[in-house]
Amino acid sequence: MSNFTSFAYLVSSVLFILSLRGLSHPTTARRGNFYGIIGMTIAIVTTLVNPGVLSYKEIGIAVVIGGLIGSLIAIRIQMTALPQLVAAFHSLVGLAAVFVAASAFYNPSAFNIGTVGNIPLGSLIEMAIGTAIGAVTFTGSIIAFGKLQGFVSGNPLVFKGQHLLNLILGLAIIGLIAKFCIDQNPELFWLIVAASFLIGVLLIVPIGGADMPVIVSMLNSYSGWAAAGIGFTLSNNLLIITGALVGSSGAILSYIMCKGMNRSFFNVLLGGFGGEQAASTGGVKDDRQAKQGNAADAAFMMKNSQTIIIVPGYGMAVAQAQHALREMGDLLKAAGAEVRYAIHPVAGRMPGHMNVLLAEANVPYDEVLELDEINRDFSETDVAFVIGANDVTNPAAKTDKTSAIYGMPILDVENAGQVFFVKRGMASGYAGVQNELFFRDNTLMLFGDAKKVCEDIIKGLEN
Amino acid sequence: MSEISNQLENLSFKAQQIADQANDLALSVAETSGGHSEFLIFGITVLVLACFVGYYVVWSVTPALHSPLMGVTNAISSVIIVGALLAAGPIDSNISKYFGLVAVCLASVNIFGGFVVTNRMLSMFKKKS
Repeated sequence: MSNFTSFAYLVSSVLFILSLRGLSHPTTARRGNFYGIIGMTIAIVTTLVNPGVLSYKEIGIAVVIGGLIGSLIAIRIQMTALPQLVAAFHSLVGLAAVFVAASAFYNPSAFNIGTVGNIPLGSLIEMAIGTAIGAVTFTGSIIAFGKLQGFVSGNPLVFKGQHLLNLILGLAIIGLIAKFCIDQNPELFWLIVAASFLIGVLLIVPIGGADMPVIVSMLNSYSGWAAAGIGFTLSNNLLIITGALVGSSGAILSYIMCKGMNRSFFNVLLGGFGGEQAASTGGVKDDRQAKQGNAADAAFMMKNSQTIIIVPGYGMAVAQAQHALREMGDLLKAAGAEVRYAIHPVAGRMPGHMNVLLAEANVPYDEVLELDEINRDFSETDVAFVIGANDVTNPAAKTDKTSAIYGMPILDVENAGQVFFVKRGMASGYAGVQNELFFRDNTLMLFGDAKKVCEDIIKGLEN
Repeated sequence: MSEISNQLENLSFKAQQIADQANDLALSVAETSGGHSEFLIFGITVLVLACFVGYYVVWSVTPALHSPLMGVTNAISSVIIVGALLAAGPIDSNISKYFGLVAVCLASVNIFGGFVVTNRMLSMFKKKS
C-alpha cells in the first residue's frame, strides 16, 4: 500500500470518528453524517485509483444498482419500520463480508496474500473468522428482520437441546476453520459458511420480539467485527478502525438495552423470555377490577392540568399514533399545560426508536426526555399519559421480588396525580406480567386503539 | 587447466543461481508470511486503540440519537466495499471478480441506504420554535 493510500485511509478513519462524535448533540448530528459521507467517498475514490482496479465499467454498474436500491428504500421507508430496515441492512454487510472473503480465497494475489493454495496461515485464519462472523450476521439479521416485519413469528421459538446444538455447531465451526487453514480446501470454506449460516438462524429464533433492541444492536456490533476481520485479511487499517468503531458502538448499545431491562446479555441470548414466568405469576390476582374511563373524561381532566408527561411505547408505533399524539399535545399546550415526553431506554424495537417517531411527528427534541432526566418529576406532575407502553411502567419491578421484571428500571408514572393508560385490552405485557399500575386508585384505563383514543381526546379538547 | 576453469565457472554460475533462488524465496516469504505476521501485531494494536476511541465516542452520543447512530454505523461498516473493489478490480473475468462485484453492489445498497435514512432521521429533529 502506498503512502498516499495509507494517508487517505487515515483521513477517512478520522472522518468516521468525527461522524460518530457529531451525534453527541442534535445540532451537530447532520454535520456528523456529512463527515461520514465524505469519509466514505475518500475511501472509495482512493481504492479506485489503485493500479489493480481497472474494471471501472462493471464496478460503476454495481455501485449504481446498489446505490439506487439503497436510496429508494431509505427514502420510502416508514419511520415505524426503521428497526427492520436496519436489520436488513446489517444482513447485507454480513453477506458482503462473506463475498469479499470468498473472493480473497479464490484470487489471493489481488489482495497480495500469496497464491491459490499458498495463502499464508495468518491470512487464512483471519479470512475464516471474517467469513464466519459475516455469515452469522447475515442469517441472524434476516431472522431478526423477519420477526420485526412479521414474516416470522415474534414469539420465541424454543426446543429441547437448542443450546447443546448451538454448542456443537460452534465447536464444529472452530474445527472446520482449523482444517481449512491446513488444507485450503474450497469445500471447507463453503462448509464454514453453511455452518455459520445455520448458527445465525439458531441464535436468533429463540429470542422474542421485545428483546429485539438488544439483538438489533448485537447484530450491528457483529457487522463491525466482520468488517474488522476482513480488514486483517487485507492488512487494511481503515477497515480495522471502522470495524472497531461499529463493533464497540453495537456492543455499548446492547449493554444499554440489557441494563434497561435488568437482564444480562447472556440471559437475552438464551432466549425464550416470558413463556414460563407468565405461567407462574398469572392467574393469582386477576379478579381485581381496573377502573375504566373514556376519552371525554381524559380530555376534561387534562385540559385542567398544569403538567403532563406522556409515556410512549411500541404500541404507539404499531398504531401509528404519533401524529395524533403530537396534535393532542399541541392542544394541551395551547390550553396552558406543560407537556413533556418520557422515553424508557427499551421503548420501541430499536434504541432511540421513540425519539425518531416523535421527531417525525414534529415534537421538538427538547420536550423529549430520558428516564434519568424526568423520573423524579412524576411526583410533581398532574397527569401521566401512558400510550403503548406497559412493562416499563410496572411498579411491581420495584417491590415484587418474585416478578419476572424485578429490578428493571421503570418510569415512576404511579407517582403522578392521575394516570391515563391507553391500551387495547387487559392482556399482560411482553414479560407476561400483570401490571400493578392498572389497579391503582389514580389509574384510569382508556381502552381502544392508540390512534383512535388520541383522536377522540382531540375532539374532546376542541369542544 | 582450461577444463578446471570451465568447471569452476560452471560451479560459480550454479551457486549464483541457487543464491538467487534463495533470495527470491526469502523475499516472497517476507512479503507473505513474515510481512503479514508483522501486520497482525500492528493491526491488533490499531484494533485495540480504535475500540477505546469507539468506547468514548459512543458513550458521548445522546440516547435520543441512538437510532441515527445505528444508521451511521451501518453505513460506515460498509467500508468493506474497499475490499470488494479490490476483488472486482482485475480486467480478466473469473469467479473471484464476480464475488467482488456482488459485494460492491451489496455494500453500495448499505452505504447509500444508511446515509440517506440517517439524514432523513436527523432532519426531523427540531428544537422548540
